[in-house]
Amino acid sequence: MSLILAIVVGSLYATGLYLMARRSIVKLIIGLSLLGHASNLLIFTAGGVSTDGPPLVKRGMETLNPPYADPLPQALILTAIVIGFGVLAFALVMIHRTHEAVGTDDLDLMKSTDV
Amino acid sequence: MNALLVMPIVIPMAGAAVSLLLRGRRALQCRIGIMTMTMLLITSIALIDRVWHEGILVTQIGKWPSPFGITIIADMFSAIMVVLASIIGLATAIYAASSVDSRRQSFGFYPLLSVLLMGICGAFLTGDLFNLYVWFEVMLIASFVLLVLGGERAQMEGSIKYVTLNLMSSAVFLAAVGIVYGLTGTLNMADLAEKLNSPLVGGVHTTVAMMFLIAFGIKAGLFPLFFWLPASYHTPPAAVSAVFAGLLTKVGVYALIRVFTLLFTHDVSHTHGIITVIAGLTMVTGVLGAASQYDFRRILSFHIISQIGYMIMGLGLYTHAAITGSIFYIIHHIIVKTNLFFVSGVANRLGGSYELKRLGGLYRQYPWLALLFMVPAMSLAGMPPLSGFFAKLALIRAGLEIEQYAIVTIALVVGVLTLFSMTKIWSEAFWKPAPVPSLDAARPRVEGIGILPHGTQIDDSAPNEKTASHECHNYVTPKPLMSRANWSMLLPIAVLALVTVSIGIGAELVLKVAARAADELLNPAGYVEAVLGARS
Repeated sequence: MSLILAIVVGSLYATGLYLMARRSIVKLIIGLSLLGHASNLLIFTAGGVSTDGPPLVKRGMETLNPPYADPLPQALILTAIVIGFGVLAFALVMIHRTHEAVGTDDLDLMKSTDV
Repeated sequence: MNALLVMPIVIPMAGAAVSLLLRGRRALQCRIGIMTMTMLLITSIALIDRVWHEGILVTQIGKWPSPFGITIIADMFSAIMVVLASIIGLATAIYAASSVDSRRQSFGFYPLLSVLLMGICGAFLTGDLFNLYVWFEVMLIASFVLLVLGGERAQMEGSIKYVTLNLMSSAVFLAAVGIVYGLTGTLNMADLAEKLNSPLVGGVHTTVAMMFLIAFGIKAGLFPLFFWLPASYHTPPAAVSAVFAGLLTKVGVYALIRVFTLLFTHDVSHTHGIITVIAGLTMVTGVLGAASQYDFRRILSFHIISQIGYMIMGLGLYTHAAITGSIFYIIHHIIVKTNLFFVSGVANRLGGSYELKRLGGLYRQYPWLALLFMVPAMSLAGMPPLSGFFAKLALIRAGLEIEQYAIVTIALVVGVLTLFSMTKIWSEAFWKPAPVPSLDAARPRVEGIGILPHGTQIDDSAPNEKTASHECHNYVTPKPLMSRANWSMLLPIAVLALVTVSIGIGAELVLKVAARAADELLNPAGYVEAVLGARS
């Protein structure tokens, strides 16, 4: 399971970076969101993947019995997804306004503020 | 629960909420913004006083015991940074009152500034890696909106780069946090300091350290990762550039210093060696970039990069004297750099441009403004009685002590080059005769020399709206200096210049504070004990 997730994380990073290296700002934003997803999935994988171990205290017990899934990475990812979603929404509005202001979606033509 | 610790986060949040409710009432929002920042400054001074007398302050949010709950912690270093942030916040709030146009103000400049300050203070005060990420994002989102507010073409182009690079760094940061959690099972920094330095953690340690270096390096503008900074920092109005220049990159530097003194000290000769090399390259590339520019704010933007090099140099050398020097440098730099951007805004308003070639004669017209520019400019270059001299001196002495002559030489040469580019601004904008026949006539002559396209109407009676739409093309109707509106621009400049001079005069005291902060950074045992000792 970890292996599959590792491959997925790797491909997400690769695809994200590939898209970001393209000239279109739309692809840039898609690439960025893929990078965010890759990081989230990485946290999920790094927290340890286990099945059949919900972190619930069984009836009559005081504490958790060891083989259980760690809930914290999921909480972290949840936060990160919300933040990532907000930022993505902002980025979409931003590229729309940029397209209006600059009149192109080609990153190579947006050099006026560079040195 | 220590209320004083959460106040620097709660006050700007409340200020932002209240002024959002008063949407559309510009004057009131502005007043609330200034009031919020004043209260923030007062609490942060109270905070640093408490930390100085009582040592590290810790509080656990929701009373969850330590490695599980969220820790808010203020040691000397955090307290210093919070004080600096609130000084800059207050100065910017006052400066923006008349320099930021009404359109930007009614689209929420003041609430955003408060949110920005909340994120920054949160990042300084948190004791938890994931929370650091969250505060970074709060700060970033506010800064994104501040950057694009107004929607000029240059702003949009600059913000694409700014947003992209910062989101990339967030992704790297998040991935590094994930790996740290996988390695140790905790994200509390004090707990991590113990667990990461135990032999159980293998070679991944250094990899994670480098991921943090990249993530924070992008935010701080370190050598190969700084391209977004000169492309974006000069595009928004001067008040926004100033608060960005003063504070945002320094949050990256803060995080670097925190992480590389607390968590990643397992292989100092390796990791901190890399940091020293990067510091040297950052200084050189930054100052060479500045020397090649002819735009007031672009020169200043490139200078941020070279100055970041100095701060990181202290971290790389990793001795007590060097860290002290770094902290002193940060104190000095935040004040000075913000002030220089403020001056650039005034020069733009008076001369109608940020282009040095179009400016001129400011000294003849406004000798006082020239003096106010000289103080931060000479301080940045490191002239003796001012704060920059002592900051550089502390770092260079620290370098000489451990015989790192290469980095010391670079630091000295870069200091000279800084002086060169400050002289360039001085001679172009202030000293040389004005390119326009005379500046004090009532009507602006900008049309006559072809800065504005022919037929553009300049309406002096409604200055704010009009200048707004032109500001980002760097064309502003020149205005007399001593009008009531400019008052609020000159006051923060004068006060910050005064602070710069007093840091220079009271260098002994500031050095003592910085040394205390360095003490705490280099002996993480105190930090760990403060957090984990409060467990029971």
